[in-house]
Amino acid sequence: MKKNLVISLLIILFLFGCVPANRPARTTNTVAPTQITVLAAASLTESFTEIGKRFEEANSGVTVVFNFAGTQELFQQIEQGIPADVFASANAKYMNDSVSAGYVDEAGRVIFAKNALTVIHPNANPGELKILADLSKPGLKIVIAAKEVPVGKYTNEFLDNTSQDTTLPENFKENFLANVVSYENNVKGVVSKVVLGEADAGIVYFTDVTGDALTELGMIEIPSDLNVIASYPIATLKSSQNVAFAQAFVDYVLSDVGQGILKNYGFINP
Amino acid sequence: MAIYSIENNELQGIEIPDKKRSGERFFGLWKLTAFPMLLFIALPLLALFLRVSPATLLENISKTQILNALQVSFSSALISTILAIILGMPVALLLSRKKGDVFRIVDTLIDLPTVLPPAVAGIALLMTFGRNGLVGVYLSDWGITIPFTRVAVIMAQLFVAGPLFVRAASIGLSAVDPELKQAAALDGANRWQTFSMVIVPMAWTSIVSGAVMTWARALGEFGATIIFAGNFPGRTQTMPLAIYLGFETDMNIALVLSVILIIISFLSMIVVKGVLHKHVRYY
Repeated sequence: MKKNLVISLLIILFLFGCVPANRPARTTNTVAPTQITVLAAASLTESFTEIGKRFEEANSGVTVVFNFAGTQELFQQIEQGIPADVFASANAKYMNDSVSAGYVDEAGRVIFAKNALTVIHPNANPGELKILADLSKPGLKIVIAAKEVPVGKYTNEFLDNTSQDTTLPENFKENFLANVVSYENNVKGVVSKVVLGEADAGIVYFTDVTGDALTELGMIEIPSDLNVIASYPIATLKSSQNVAFAQAFVDYVLSDVGQGILKNYGFINP
Repeated sequence: MAIYSIENNELQGIEIPDKKRSGERFFGLWKLTAFPMLLFIALPLLALFLRVSPATLLENISKTQILNALQVSFSSALISTILAIILGMPVALLLSRKKGDVFRIVDTLIDLPTVLPPAVAGIALLMTFGRNGLVGVYLSDWGITIPFTRVAVIMAQLFVAGPLFVRAASIGLSAVDPELKQAAALDGANRWQTFSMVIVPMAWTSIVSGAVMTWARALGEFGATIIFAGNFPGRTQTMPLAIYLGFETDMNIALVLSVILIIISFLSMIVVKGVLHKHVRYY
């Protein structure tokens, strides 16, 4: 009898023990190697991975952990209180939202890169696409990003711009949209489906056509008067536990080395 | 405690040692240790319901995006469940015989989709039925392309949820007493008659509960669908896809659809448990 009672109580006590009490601040943390977490837009995957490596080489003892996802997803994570130090957004909107919600200091945000849209198609080019106007041919399978994702928003802006271009066929936007078979939730989803040849064409950032994709994709340029230029802002988060290193990372992205790497991956320096 | 008092009545006049009695009383305390796990599961579900007021529910339920997602989800889950029954029954029968190497291979194969991450299922389906896939290459010669269509949604659901039906049905089928089959054969029943008039009625409850489990799992399918079928409102955007995109933009849509999905899943489970309960009482 007593045994059962004791066991039950022990289990309950153990469970309550999981609630942290007001313990004195631990000092062991300072000895452990520093780690900073960078929330970065999916389109920064390749370039930031390289910048992160170079930053770690330049600052021994510091580890950079990346969380690459659609910017809208990253913003949700910040809202839910994810512990992180730096936020690199693929558009101004989510950075502005972060400022007004108090996650980021208004003075701290900087535009560190610009990006442009491009049309991609598989190398085999099953849709026989040569010029932009071909995208309104009936029967094509086009994949674009959902309007909730920054690149999807820019794609919509680009389509709105096409109405002013008299060289394009009539109802280009409507016919283009009639060809859309999927609104992907991430720019990489668009790239993958075109690389696999499941879609005839897609619209992505110029910078997504790098590395492996470069050899497997063909491109159709979007003229600069129709194109939408995306601005990428970066900032440290107010909740950062490592403000010094977080700021050092931001500075590194803005330095000649960081800007050079971004340029190599197809970004336009601001 | 009702059980305790009944026990006391039954044992009236018999002397029970004190030690045992108080032991019983304290023994009941262990039940408290089940509380944290139950709370852990119930609380998040409750939190969803608390965030959605009846007004929000009514206001959002008629939104096109929600209606589209409901329509896509219900129609495709219904078809994939029917297909799971038609195509899964022979497999279930094969498994219910439980003999030989074939059994072991089929048995493992049918469990694989249940343990694989759904994203793997989606990529596998693309590699098979995509335009450049193993089979898809020949299909596209015939002018048939599967990705980004309702068919792709159904296939993704069948792949991920179908095995649940096969598993449940095979357990039911193998529980039928072989002597009954022999008796039916002795009475002059052929194989089909034995199957349709003896085995299926005996295993009916497992077949129904398997179908309901498949239907509920198909409704919740996400990973394979987004990879294989893409996301197109009204065509391939199922409830889970709409919840995911809604989570990033329109929280109300995500919450309302989540609540609907929980209610449907809960009701499905109740049906399954009800059927199983009858099953236990009847036999």
